[in-house]
Amino acid sequence: MSKAGPIVGGIAAIVISALVFLVPFAFIILTAFKDRAQAAALDFTWPASFNLWTNLVEVVTTRNWMLVTAFINSTILTVSSVTLLVVFAAMVGFILARRKSRWNPLVEFLILAGLMIPPAVVPTIWLMQGLGLFGKLHGLVLIEVAYNLPFSIILYRAFIATIPRELDEAAIIDGARPLDVFFRVILPLLWPVTVTNIVVQSVGIFNDFTNPLYYLPGNQNATVQLTLYNFQSQFNTSYNLLFTNILLITIPPLIVFLFFNRQIVAGMTAGAVKG
Amino acid sequence: MTALTVTESATRKGHPAGARRRSPYPAWFFLPAAIIYGVLFLAPTFASLYFSLTRWTLFNSVFIGLENFVQFFREPFLVQGLVNTVIYAVITSGLKVMLGMLLALLLTSNIIARGYLRSVVFFPVLVSTVGVGITFTVLMHPTQGMINEGLALLGIDGPGWLTDPRLALISVALVDVWKGVGLATVIYIAGLVAIPKDYYEAARIDGATRWQNFWYVTLPLSRPATATVIILSFIGGLRTFDLIWAMTRGGPGFASDTVASVIYKQYQAGFYGLSTAGNVVLFVLIAVLVVPLTMFLNRKQGHE
Repeated sequence: MSKAGPIVGGIAAIVISALVFLVPFAFIILTAFKDRAQAAALDFTWPASFNLWTNLVEVVTTRNWMLVTAFINSTILTVSSVTLLVVFAAMVGFILARRKSRWNPLVEFLILAGLMIPPAVVPTIWLMQGLGLFGKLHGLVLIEVAYNLPFSIILYRAFIATIPRELDEAAIIDGARPLDVFFRVILPLLWPVTVTNIVVQSVGIFNDFTNPLYYLPGNQNATVQLTLYNFQSQFNTSYNLLFTNILLITIPPLIVFLFFNRQIVAGMTAGAVKG
Repeated sequence: MTALTVTESATRKGHPAGARRRSPYPAWFFLPAAIIYGVLFLAPTFASLYFSLTRWTLFNSVFIGLENFVQFFREPFLVQGLVNTVIYAVITSGLKVMLGMLLALLLTSNIIARGYLRSVVFFPVLVSTVGVGITFTVLMHPTQGMINEGLALLGIDGPGWLTDPRLALISVALVDVWKGVGLATVIYIAGLVAIPKDYYEAARIDGATRWQNFWYVTLPLSRPATATVIILSFIGGLRTFDLIWAMTRGGPGFASDTVASVIYKQYQAGFYGLSTAGNVVLFVLIAVLVVPLTMFLNRKQGHE
């Protein structure tokens, strides 16, 4: 084959992919720079004047600094639920991979059920109200843990199966108790898959819209995805502000993507193929 | 299968039954996860089976039998939501399989700028669904939107993507594909890379054309990836809510309502029993469609 093929094909692919995938992002950025009047035209044009800073200030201060509260809420939500997910899922994955018990088939079934069944929304709200968890940030943390456990467990189980049992046995002979074996021997060895877990689940929970919408109502409790939803009606005519907000909440995933691209792809494909 | 695992576990148990030595793998490690999952996921799921049969105000519930379900299958807009859900899942998973395979073939061939292309295709997967939804709502604006202005340059009169009741659902599905095709692509790439080169070598010696290569080697051997992509995107499609809600809120009229958006609307309206019945319907829909699909796709896979 001649060398021209790949190059011509490559250039065509670059142009098409830029048109399809990059233009929408460029549109977000351009609109975030515009003033209100120019943004209202919804055009793909160069900003007549650069207003990013004014737009930023206005978006951030709207509704009594709601966006700042939202970023704090989302950070707390993401960090705490991912922490719990990592520890609890690793514990389950560890026992599931190591100990063949009669509970295993049931656990496997529940994992599959958790991946498939849509959560029953209103009964969950009812139950959370009974437990005093409804509309509370820690309640939503527990919800995110419950809904995302199956995926994390699958990632961990597959990885733990590759760690030789001799390691635990050596630790046990040295007098380590089960908790020591797990937290001091196994958990450190799981670091690669833990990173994958952290990255994939953080992005998912940070971007979650449906669960905060249902289980964490109220402006004071808004997460970043809900600010977008709330601003959508308020900024109906101020597209520059709406898109400044979109730009802001796209930055955290972008940073994760730049640093952890490999782990994300590994996690999503591994988990998916095993699932 | 269950029975098999149980007998296997019985014979493999490390210690004789008499010795009560404590296992280094204590079963209570399941507990934290089991409590959270059991209370916040399993219990509501079981509760939904009862509450879907009631008229419910959260404080008290009146048992009304199957009335909610009857209503679900009689009200035209609820039935349309059900049909829309299936259409949406079929369109998105079908397109993701085809485009994902094509892109993966392209991105594993020796093409320039592979790294750039992979990143560009994959990045939308990580972006906020609501953000994507709002952006495309603007891009799909019937008169001012960029898509129709672009089409106008080519002399094409663009349709009202989200305002035409016949098109709204399909438009949202296309945005879903735009956002999700990157995941399908990386799954396919992982599948394609795992195919041993010997097969292509053998096919080359037999004088296979590129098309035969694809049809008789690549396609059958990437079947696990295909199964994964179909099942993942099919379940995702059936459960979809955020994109629809961000783009059309189920409109115009009820043209792009899905079961998930119906559940939310009935919840907002205070029809908790009906909303919960919607949940049960969605659960049954997923079980009825996905379980046979999974079995079918995995049965073929077993031959390898």
